[in-house]
Amino acid sequence: MSTASLDVEHVHEPPAERPRREVPGFVLSGGVLVVVLAVWQFVVRAFDVPIVLVPAPTDVLSSLVDGLSDGSLLEHAWVTLQEILLGFGLAVAAALLCAFLVTQSRVLDKALFPLVVMTQTIPKVAMAPLLVVWFGTEMTSKVLTTALIAFFPLLINAILGLRSADPDQIDMLRSFGASRMHVLRHLQVPSALPHIFAGLDVAVVLSVTGAIVAEFVGATAGLGYVIQATNFTLDVSRTFAVLVILSAIGLALHALVVLCNRKIVFWSAEHRPVTEQA
Amino acid sequence: MTETVGTTVDTAVELRHVYKRYTTRRSKRGAARVVDALHDVSLSVARGEFVSIVGPSGCGKSTLLKVLLGLTKRTAGEVDFGGGSRMGMVFQQPLLLPWRTVTKNLLIAQDINHRLSDREARERAEAMLSMLGLEEFADRYPGELSGGMQQRVGIGRALMHDPEILLMDEPFGALDAMTRDQMGMDLLNIWERDRKTVLFVTHSIPESVLLSDRVVVMTPRPGRIAEVIDVDLPRPRGLENINTPEFGAIVRRIRVLLNSENSAH
Repeated sequence: MSTASLDVEHVHEPPAERPRREVPGFVLSGGVLVVVLAVWQFVVRAFDVPIVLVPAPTDVLSSLVDGLSDGSLLEHAWVTLQEILLGFGLAVAAALLCAFLVTQSRVLDKALFPLVVMTQTIPKVAMAPLLVVWFGTEMTSKVLTTALIAFFPLLINAILGLRSADPDQIDMLRSFGASRMHVLRHLQVPSALPHIFAGLDVAVVLSVTGAIVAEFVGATAGLGYVIQATNFTLDVSRTFAVLVILSAIGLALHALVVLCNRKIVFWSAEHRPVTEQA
Repeated sequence: MTETVGTTVDTAVELRHVYKRYTTRRSKRGAARVVDALHDVSLSVARGEFVSIVGPSGCGKSTLLKVLLGLTKRTAGEVDFGGGSRMGMVFQQPLLLPWRTVTKNLLIAQDINHRLSDREARERAEAMLSMLGLEEFADRYPGELSGGMQQRVGIGRALMHDPEILLMDEPFGALDAMTRDQMGMDLLNIWERDRKTVLFVTHSIPESVLLSDRVVVMTPRPGRIAEVIDVDLPRPRGLENINTPEFGAIVRRIRVLLNSENSAH
């Protein structure tokens, strides 16, 4: 799904460097996936593995189809997706604002940056129970946990990006009488974009993790809640079905970031396909 | 900046006893090191004159340009601009902004200082592109251009600013030899049209002789002017000038000057 959209994107690329090399790679990894699923199916059936331990891929599929057709999985997925997007959006806004302040003011940089780094030694997941206590089991606590987890990689990359401007380029602009705001607008912000997108890519995947972990701690809806509930009732097929949906959400968000990156940071040569796991 | 009118009407820029001293902190020893990048530099450049500055690395030639541009504060001395102090700078690297098309790169100065109306600026950019022979690349991005073409845009960008003084810091240093010669000739052609005042920093002695009216020879530690050599070869000049005995004589003179100054330290 992601490969198709990326190929369309390449039409607008000025230097067409690797136009069609992805297709065989995609077919290849798709083939490996099919083989793994087939072996999995065979082993489960051949050795009669109990369904409460490891369900066969076909069991997972039928549970997935059931859950989607009765609408229950879609409902929960929508709740989780909202948490992810709101938390991610909040993190992006906060991180960009902080990065701007830290890079524009030496005083703020010296005063705040060490503190921000220090707070990063706290595992943010450990904050989730506290946030549930403070904000309840509704969506707010999930959104905040997600934002907390996604914030730091965004901040670091944005700061790095805003500082990545070539000093000679700054001299060039200043030779035309550019003010600090000119330099920021014409040079530092565009130079920061590739770094910011690298941060967005990491953060979007972390956002999925954040929302699920927060739902584990205390929730009444969402995919994380479904995982816990089905674990309790030993409906392992449904747990796997949720994992499939989560991976689809993660992939879709990642592909969206990559797509935006190629559209917006069209000049950057570093357009390598990144495939990370959550 | 001070502007003097009257006796120095024909002076584009005059430096009087300019000093620039850096203090570098050396963290390991803890001892500060003092570098005299410019030591008692006095130089007067007439309007319309093409002056080259040659010398080994660290002789302060780039610092001199930065002091003129106001990017670096001088430690002591005076700088007077006879006419105006609007300067266009061409750097060793083209320093084009990769997210802007060639035309938009030419318009960067306009976007900063809005000196012209947008329509005038567009027309100027078009005229500049045809002068540089880059019309077909107007809407391309820098990444699609060769190094020579990029630097051509870099020169055009400085000229778009309509500078009274054009400063060039080893503008052809990053180019291969063939492109370099061609760019030198192109620069001379451009210069012959409106005879802007040019201060041209280079490593290459033949290049400096071929292009300039005068060559300023600088030596390092401390960075100072060793001698100013007049190049009284007739204009317009071309690459064929390089093989004439007069040309060779001037090149040799500068080379001897640089060698003796180097061995003296």
